[in-house]
Amino acid sequence: MNAFAAIAWRELRRAWVGGGVMLPVAFFLLVSILFPFAVGPDAKLLGRIAGGVVWSAALLAALMPVERLVGPDVEAGVLDQFAARGLSDAGVALAKTAGHWLGFGPPLMLASVVAAGLLGMDGATLVRVLIGLAIGTPGLAALAVATGALTAGLRGAGAVAGLVMLPLALPLLIFGAGEGPGAVKLLGAVSLLLLAGAPFVAGAAMRMGRG
Amino acid sequence: MTLLAFHNVACDRGGRRLFAGLSFALRAGEAALLTGPNGIGKSSLVRLAAGLSAPAAGRIERGAPAALAGEAAALDLELPLAAALGFWAGLDGTRNRVEPALAAMGIDHLAEVPVRFLSTGQRKRAALARVIASGAGLWLLDEPANGLDTASVAALEAAIDGHRADGGAVLVASHVPVALPNAQDLRL
Repeated sequence: MNAFAAIAWRELRRAWVGGGVMLPVAFFLLVSILFPFAVGPDAKLLGRIAGGVVWSAALLAALMPVERLVGPDVEAGVLDQFAARGLSDAGVALAKTAGHWLGFGPPLMLASVVAAGLLGMDGATLVRVLIGLAIGTPGLAALAVATGALTAGLRGAGAVAGLVMLPLALPLLIFGAGEGPGAVKLLGAVSLLLLAGAPFVAGAAMRMGRG
Repeated sequence: MTLLAFHNVACDRGGRRLFAGLSFALRAGEAALLTGPNGIGKSSLVRLAAGLSAPAAGRIERGAPAALAGEAAALDLELPLAAALGFWAGLDGTRNRVEPALAAMGIDHLAEVPVRFLSTGQRKRAALARVIASGAGLWLLDEPANGLDTASVAALEAAIDGHRADGGAVLVASHVPVALPNAQDLRL
């Protein structure tokens, strides 16, 4: 098995045993359920805002695993071992992103089907949301790994992570919840930009953390 | 063949100069014992040698892949010991070396025990087994004898001797005596 697949697989395995898969999903569903309580049981209104609700919940759920993506590996000396083997930091970050997405994106898409039922979302909107999540979650995963690397070792890293990550994830929210073919294209562009750029940010943060 | 060479290396940490003008070389079969008081830069030197940080001045050359045993064991706590070591051996392409390495450090009977149940000394031995299993020519050991009982120190010394006989080189930073026949004495 090559190094990229081994690191991605390790990330997925640790997410699964460490609650990194189920906790964000549970949190996502919980946030989705909060909205009907807050805005009332008006089915028409809920149906209209359901797409935006799912995206907001997805963004908040993406914050949950940030703290355990990079920090524990710094502490355990795992990143040192990768570096001593001559693996590039950005490559490690990209592999972590791939493994994190596998444990985050698909489960979130499944959970959004459940959330759609709870919010009374119509079929066409659900399809649009699912396509949007499929395009947007890789960017969100890359951003989560970069944020995890930037905040690794900080006290209260989880709270700082929210402040770092949510503003940068705003374009994903805007174009993900937006309608029309233009929004999907811009969502793809933003996601791709994050996916291409964030691993280098994460790699630089990992390198600085070692120095 | 030179496996590790320092040329006039200086090291800064937190804006403070730890050491400067350090030169030495480790050829195949050689060992160096790095000693000095706490905080003088022994661990920083080992990290420089492993390529984890860049020197403030000077040049470092490595002629072989390096295996590092630092203060952290870098083993996944939830995995059985053999599987945790297997992850690194998989990266190094040396899965068949895990079992002999466990035996060399006397922890082969713990192969199926999750790492989180191991004692400090056993984790230290596991980290050394990771280095032994790596197949890397250059071993960089930071305080390898910390937390080890006398039998384990003897096993470590035997492993180092075997590695040097096979043409490897070893850099050991330690404040505990470790027997390294004909080793260079590096005093910071």
